[in-house]
Amino acid sequence: MIAELGLALLWIAAALACLSLVAAIVYLRSGKGELAALVRPASVAQGALTAAAFGVLIALFVRSDMSVELVARNSHSLKPMLFKVAGAWGNHEGSMLLWLTILGLSGALVALFEKRLREDTLIATLAAQAALSLGFFAFLLFSSNPFKRLPIAPPDGQGLNPLLQDPGLAFHPPTLYIGYVGLSVAFSFAVGALVTREIGPAFARAMRPWVLGSWIFLTLGITAGSYWAYYELGWGGWWFWDPVENVSLIPWLAGAALLHSVSVTATRNALRAWTVMLAVIAFSMSMVGTFIVRSGLLTSVHSFAVDPERGTFLLVLMALYIGGALTLFAFRAGAVAEGKKFALLSREGSLVINNLLLTTILALVLLGTLYPIVAEAMGEKISIGPPYYNRVAGPLALILCLVMVAGPLLNWRRDDGRKLWSRLPAAVLAGAAVLFGLVLFGGHVGVLPLLGMTVAAVVGVASLAPLWGRNLRRTPLPTWGMVIAHFGVAVALAGMAAESAFIKERLVAAAPGETVKVGDFAVKFVGVQPVAGPNYTAIEGTLVATTSSGDSFTMRPAARTFPGLMGTPPTETNEAALLTRPGGQLYAVLGQPVTDADGRADRYQLRLWWKPLVWWIWLGGGLIAVGGTLALLGRAQLLALWRARRARRKQERFA
Amino acid sequence: MRSRWVLFVPLAIMGLLFGAFVYRLVTPNDTLIRSQWIDKPMPLFDLPPATAGIEGLKSSQLADGRPRLVNVFASWCIPCRAEAPQLEALKAAGVPIDGIAIRDRPEDVAAFLRENGNPFDRIGADMQSSVQIALGSSGVPETFLIDGKGIIREQIQGVILAENVPEIVARLEAMK
Repeated sequence: MIAELGLALLWIAAALACLSLVAAIVYLRSGKGELAALVRPASVAQGALTAAAFGVLIALFVRSDMSVELVARNSHSLKPMLFKVAGAWGNHEGSMLLWLTILGLSGALVALFEKRLREDTLIATLAAQAALSLGFFAFLLFSSNPFKRLPIAPPDGQGLNPLLQDPGLAFHPPTLYIGYVGLSVAFSFAVGALVTREIGPAFARAMRPWVLGSWIFLTLGITAGSYWAYYELGWGGWWFWDPVENVSLIPWLAGAALLHSVSVTATRNALRAWTVMLAVIAFSMSMVGTFIVRSGLLTSVHSFAVDPERGTFLLVLMALYIGGALTLFAFRAGAVAEGKKFALLSREGSLVINNLLLTTILALVLLGTLYPIVAEAMGEKISIGPPYYNRVAGPLALILCLVMVAGPLLNWRRDDGRKLWSRLPAAVLAGAAVLFGLVLFGGHVGVLPLLGMTVAAVVGVASLAPLWGRNLRRTPLPTWGMVIAHFGVAVALAGMAAESAFIKERLVAAAPGETVKVGDFAVKFVGVQPVAGPNYTAIEGTLVATTSSGDSFTMRPAARTFPGLMGTPPTETNEAALLTRPGGQLYAVLGQPVTDADGRADRYQLRLWWKPLVWWIWLGGGLIAVGGTLALLGRAQLLALWRARRARRKQERFA
Repeated sequence: MRSRWVLFVPLAIMGLLFGAFVYRLVTPNDTLIRSQWIDKPMPLFDLPPATAGIEGLKSSQLADGRPRLVNVFASWCIPCRAEAPQLEALKAAGVPIDGIAIRDRPEDVAAFLRENGNPFDRIGADMQSSVQIALGSSGVPETFLIDGKGIIREQIQGVILAENVPEIVARLEAMK
């Protein structure tokens, strides 16, 4: 019965969204307060019921209820429990329900905790959020019902895609979704503020924690996804400029731009129309991203459903939302009074340049992702790969990093160029040292990686400059957050540049007993043995890597075979072995057996990489997220609240 | 002052974006990749013989005034076996055919010709698929229709079927 309960919960939640929307419209039109009182509780209840429906879906997967079509298609009774739970969102319908759940919970949180906004702006915001939910409820209930029953329950399910049977992947989609959908709140705030024409510091302050929070989750999701691609796909790369990676990067770029512009609006009451537009764009890009991967518009591992009906449904929904919001913007933003003025050489000025660069990179990535579709419409067939992105986005990203050096050291409103210069000598020295060191001793290094490492050194030192000469205990959390996040950018940039400049690769067909040199390592191929996992079999190789100083490490790369379940073909995945050293990572993949003239497998393909500083990329991503979290804690005043409560408890204890 | 039309720019960009989406939704994704060399001269190459007793293939030999076929094949390619009778029929109709053998060994090519007959005047050995890539061919078998001036006029991807034979003969006839 519980599948039917889940469906019923969804319908009731959809009805509540409808109620919120209608009540809010009536209130905003007539100004009558009675109906407005309904909007907050209805939003909270809608969020709770949607979350309950998602809980029901997870329960169905946990119980392996094969009478439900979705479970039968995406789960198997013998799967490890973690992947049974993750199976609930590892498919089209379940992931759309997760999307709706986050949308509903975000609305509920706004309804419960937002006290800074004017009442009518808040009601308009909740109405916008309800309107968003309503469309996706319609999509789920009419064309992607996750609780659909099968007329005859099969004895067992078809299993989850083996590539997705990885702990990292169990958490990657929810993390990214929280980021994507969290931006919906910024979108709704923008729409709400446009409707009531209340665009100013209060609106920016209300929006800021949501932008920051979503952006942290996007950062974590992208970092985790990149690491997953790195070790699970066995190609040794960490970013492929795949359309799906791009569509997660685009909202991240928009979020990063918004994050900085919203600060200008909150602190200085400037850039108001621009902030509103970015808020609309950021969530629009999240929706476009979801649409691109869900509709099968671009072929990728993420396209669950290649179904024109669903694609059309989503397209119409998005055209309504994005088109509606941008039309509202076009008519209302002209009436937004111009904000406070500032000089070009000022904190605001540097943030404007930051925003222009981020949006330009965004536009270039979007263009690269969609151009093949446009070109095909004109009768030409092309694909766009890393050379384009590295060439157009790379230099801009480096300039952006240099702006990041100056921005935090500038004062608001106006500053003096000589004063700025006087704050920079250590950073410039660090950059010059790295540049000369690399040119003299680095051997042949490409221009972009060379500049990358130089800029990373400058940014790394300069990002710490705002802390110099300050009492560290009294430095506000948002400042700490900014410093750590900017330092994280430098760390990640250094990792990317060093990896691409100094990578060593060997591809060999090795017989057991053979030794292969790669970088500073002598890797001995000991042999292979068969291994049985819970739901796969594998051939596992044993490698012993010895460094030039004599330390030895054992590595076990494996090639897994997942048997085909219920008539599906078997799938093979590569489990790369990673050896993390302070200077980088040794990456080993076991490939196909090589047969001799008699058809016996006497050798195996081995692919070995030495990747200098590669783990700095994800360390940097992590630091950016930590910095964001500190800033969020500081902004949300949680720490202050916690301290106050602790003080009160102490008092109570002594009383 | 801020001019008002600027505020409509985001809306316009969105319109273009959705236009592209609609286009893609109504025209199904065609995964066939056509060569970029149609109506251009054959790229320059000089391939050694693929097997003993049969001449190799040079791009300069293709512009001898007679329209012809260049068949990209391999002995390890099963569909190529299925295609062999059609190539024989084309040869019987008087069509000159040259071959490019992809990543093949001389003894395997010889065995392939023994079993399936030899419709080829010349066969070049393309050991690294470099000529195949230069031609913009994405698999085997593929057949290119070349006119008398050595210009690629058409590309046939996959196996030539028996019912295609008269049409191909007519096309080549028209190029004369």
